[in-house]
Amino acid sequence: MREQILSIIERNSRIDLKELAVILGVEEIDVVNEMAAMEKEGIICGYHTMIDWEKTAIEKVTALIEVRVTPQRGQGFDSIAERIYKYPEVNSVYLISGGYDLLVTLEGKSLKQVSAFVSDKLSTLDTVLSTATHFILKKYKDHGTILAKKYEDEREKITP
Amino acid sequence: MRNPLADKVVDIKPSGIRKFFDIVSEMEDAISLGVGEPDFDTPWHIRDEGIYSLEKGRTFYTSNAGLKDLKIEICNYIKRTQGIEYDYNHETIVTVGGSEAIDIALRAMANAGDEVLLPQPSYVSYEPCAILANAVPVIIELKAENEFRLTAQEILDAVTDKTKVLILPFPNNPTGAIMEREDLDEIAKVIIEKDLFVISDEIYAELTYDKKHVSIASLPGMKERTILINGFSKAYAMTGWRLGYACGPEIIMEQMLKIHQFAIMCAPTTSQYAAVEALRNGDDDVRQMREAYNQRRRYLLHTFKEMGLECFEPFGAFYVFPCIKEFGMTSEEFADRFLREEKVAVVPGTAFGGCGEGFVRISYAYSLENLKIAIGKLRNFVERLRREQAEK
Repeated sequence: MREQILSIIERNSRIDLKELAVILGVEEIDVVNEMAAMEKEGIICGYHTMIDWEKTAIEKVTALIEVRVTPQRGQGFDSIAERIYKYPEVNSVYLISGGYDLLVTLEGKSLKQVSAFVSDKLSTLDTVLSTATHFILKKYKDHGTILAKKYEDEREKITP
Repeated sequence: MRNPLADKVVDIKPSGIRKFFDIVSEMEDAISLGVGEPDFDTPWHIRDEGIYSLEKGRTFYTSNAGLKDLKIEICNYIKRTQGIEYDYNHETIVTVGGSEAIDIALRAMANAGDEVLLPQPSYVSYEPCAILANAVPVIIELKAENEFRLTAQEILDAVTDKTKVLILPFPNNPTGAIMEREDLDEIAKVIIEKDLFVISDEIYAELTYDKKHVSIASLPGMKERTILINGFSKAYAMTGWRLGYACGPEIIMEQMLKIHQFAIMCAPTTSQYAAVEALRNGDDDVRQMREAYNQRRRYLLHTFKEMGLECFEPFGAFYVFPCIKEFGMTSEEFADRFLREEKVAVVPGTAFGGCGEGFVRISYAYSLENLKIAIGKLRNFVERLRREQAEK
């Protein structure tokens, strides 16, 4: 049941729990309990909203920053990652295999603000060896949702 | 000028859906629950194989019976799902949809005047195909109290000396009915006893929601009497690719292949390459789509129950077949008024045979969001009809 609940609310966290119980063919109380348990266990970490900021009047830039760092004795990458994720403007921090170590996504109001963060805060950390900043120009698909165009039902209206 | 037409064709009634389709397609904002095909796009990796085959210039004919790789994959699939072993070389034909397989199977097996048992409500093309094959369709009216399953007694009641073939359309369009192993055991006895053959249309085989589908061909003594028909349209959301297949005894397939060869040549090559990918790597897509259909099915049954709308629980395909007899009108009147008053299209049960009277087919090949809107309108409509009845 957990996998099914998660795959549905991952796409629609606002679904009515009664309805969720109906489509899964279980009792509502079981869904409620299961969700509460998953929240407690930290499996469900939040109920966020997908927003296409481009369609709003609000200016926003998103950057992906590749960061190479020196891991620290006894702590590996964890403490440096923590240093970085504590900044509220940082959206996500991933440890990555391959050519660099951490992938940091960052949201700012302008290019200037983002570059200021990189040059003043990120690059100056002792353990950071180098950074490469990529600005996102357009989001086509995010979190499995296509932003670029709307689905239209092109099927014939009645077929046998 | 003399009459250019053949009486046999002129006498065939046009599909009952046609008239309705014309009204719906002119109504711009109509919501339809009348579609008999998946709402999903073909999974991308399957489409990608089709595109790749075009890029590679694979634009030639395949052999008449189909690509060898595809026939092998089809036989592997039937082996792993039904435990039946078919020889890909002599017992398998790739066809233009399941529809073509139905047509050529009937034409290969029926002599003029042979009777073909046809359970209804069922898909619209069996009856005309039987007539075009010069056979005589004998309708078996399936009953709501049996959950629209076919019983051995119903076959016995319809069999005559001329009966040769039984069409077995399960999981069923439009009722969503299935036949379970025990049901099949019973009818298999009669089929063997009466020396009949079966055309088993299993196009919805992957879409069952309780137990796995069982093919009648997997029962003892039935493989040599059965043409098993399936295809890619429903399971893999590939309706537009027009690809199906038939498996059966070599003695019949050999003759079906002749008709296929002269009428069709071969199924579309691009589709065949895509289908190889579907069978090799598509199980997970099917599982996900099945789960989505099942959620919608549960939702619809739940709301019907809330509305007090009588409906048996269907365990297959993507249709529900609620009973509308309480409103004292025909299926066609119901569908017509529902369309005009609430702008929602459902298909009258009578489009699938006279015994569909009193029922309508509602398809759940729509997203839950769209179903919710449509069901809200159904609720309004049903309540209005009940108020009208109370006032009378």
